[in-house]
Amino acid sequence: MYITELIINGLIQGSLYALIAIGFTMVYGILRLINFAHGDVMMIGAFLTIGLLKINLPWQISMLLILLVGGAVGFTIDKVAFRPMRGAPQVTGFIASLALSLLLQNLGILLFSAQPRNFFLPEFFRKTTLVFGLEVRYLSFVIVFSTFILLTILLLFVKKTKLGIAMRATAENLQVARLMGIRVNTTIMVAFVIGSGLAAYSGMLWGGRYGQVDPLMGFLPGLKAFVAAVIGGVGSIAGAAIGGYILGFSEILFVGLLPVGMSGYRDAFVFGLLIIILLFLPNGILGTSEEVRA
Amino acid sequence: MRLKELNLRSKIPPMAVLGLIGLIFVVIVDKFLSAYITSVISFIFLYMILAVSLNITNGFTGLFSLGHPAFMGVGGYIASLLILPVFRKEFFLPELPQWLATQQWSFFPAIVMGGLIAAIVALIIGYPVLRLKDHYLGVATIGLIFIVKVILKNNEQYTRGALGLNGLEFKTSIWWIYFWLVITVYVAWKLKFSSYGRTMLGMKENEMACSCLGSNVTALKIMAFVIGAFFAGVSGGLWAHLTTVITPDSFSPSLAFNLVVMLVIGGTGSISGSLIAAGGISLLIEYLRPLEEALGMYGLGQILISVVLLFVLIFRTRGLLGSSELKFLQKEV
Repeated sequence: MYITELIINGLIQGSLYALIAIGFTMVYGILRLINFAHGDVMMIGAFLTIGLLKINLPWQISMLLILLVGGAVGFTIDKVAFRPMRGAPQVTGFIASLALSLLLQNLGILLFSAQPRNFFLPEFFRKTTLVFGLEVRYLSFVIVFSTFILLTILLLFVKKTKLGIAMRATAENLQVARLMGIRVNTTIMVAFVIGSGLAAYSGMLWGGRYGQVDPLMGFLPGLKAFVAAVIGGVGSIAGAAIGGYILGFSEILFVGLLPVGMSGYRDAFVFGLLIIILLFLPNGILGTSEEVRA
Repeated sequence: MRLKELNLRSKIPPMAVLGLIGLIFVVIVDKFLSAYITSVISFIFLYMILAVSLNITNGFTGLFSLGHPAFMGVGGYIASLLILPVFRKEFFLPELPQWLATQQWSFFPAIVMGGLIAAIVALIIGYPVLRLKDHYLGVATIGLIFIVKVILKNNEQYTRGALGLNGLEFKTSIWWIYFWLVITVYVAWKLKFSSYGRTMLGMKENEMACSCLGSNVTALKIMAFVIGAFFAGVSGGLWAHLTTVITPDSFSPSLAFNLVVMLVIGGTGSISGSLIAAGGISLLIEYLRPLEEALGMYGLGQILISVVLLFVLIFRTRGLLGSSELKFLQKEV
């Protein structure tokens, strides 16, 4: 019984991480840029949900709007911050994303105050049903299934469509892709838009799951999702999803199965895992290694 | 006449003159200005120590570490535990093991010890972590901040957990901070213009070329990382005895960010640049805080700093000084 509960929780947590990790991995795959501000897009999504529900928009439309607005945020981030410094050393982009992250967090504090506020999703999500004798909220189903659906669509998009193929080509070699006539900037923009849309969407789910949101809520999940992306192999979308689930499960199992005194070490465990993975499996599960040339 | 002038200049290093001016400044501040201003200036000096020491790690070698708050936490707690008087430990931390409970060190050795332990931690962590490439290192060191924080929070026997250690004695006078600032700048300066430092700067430009020329790249990286961590540990101890309180949340990733801002704006690799930038930005931080409170607009200061950084990154990538120093500070080569 206890194990079923852990598995369900692992699935939920893993789905949330997977949704955020995809954005990381898509941008990293193309630009070799770790976008710290990504976690904060999730925060934006959560606060947006509060706003949309306040004006009594039906939740189906709200969900769609959150995806779209998240995408718009991603577009803006790319346009304003990262596009002007394209071609600069990697570290520059990294620092810029840190700046952007703090900018968004503090804008959140400025507009909504740093106090955590309660977060309620509509009635529908709070209904429960029995699964293997356990009460499970509808929200949990929504999290798991919508993640699955979005992932499938995304994978099909990347595999089959022209734009998707262009994205993969750009990720493989930006210079050559440009020479082949691919609009590199468009593909980068698309990566930002898709990733941020998913992150914003996961913000809504995250808020629903924990019932509380605050302007700093995105930072730690964002970092952990990055860990998930690394586990799966940065650059690979399927890898990010797998990494998300691995991280979600191992975090839940770590807290659930080890003695109570250890559960405080949850975050330390995640980042310890990151360092170990980076050392022994630097390309993750599905990533490919890169040749370094002079 | 001209010759004589030159002679005089080469005999007295300009840095010594600057140090002397600083000393006079400290005397003035200490004797004539209010306690509030003295504490503001103490913090500015502390930020300068932090920025210059982070410059040793990030600026010279081109590594990208955000781990300073982690090392500050380590050094701060070690120093605080060593300095805390025995009778207060009995009351404060009754479960402390005997060997630690009976320690009562004086200020200077305890601070140095904090720095040394931080350096040892950096040595142990550094060996595996420094194999990572720049941006991975950044994330791994942020992870390190969280790991240290979690460890501090969960070992209540030693640290009182999330409560932290409060009511520490105020020991960090502006004199002590200035003393450490001079040492930090001196070490950084000497290192930069030594053969090690030159190699480090070379590594920043092209690591592969450097290792092909026979430099032990890994050893130099670890060296830069460990020296930076030592001074971070020292500043942690100084910080704790300046604010008289230390908690697991005292040193957060946003502190690391502000330090990085100072480096970028001053020019990564430039000691005088990071001194100027650290002075300017910490002044900004200190004076924006009351403004935020007055306007009720919390977060404004950090927003401003982030925006400034973004502009610098887009329009003046090399910062104020790049990796060179102010002209008048350099000896004629």
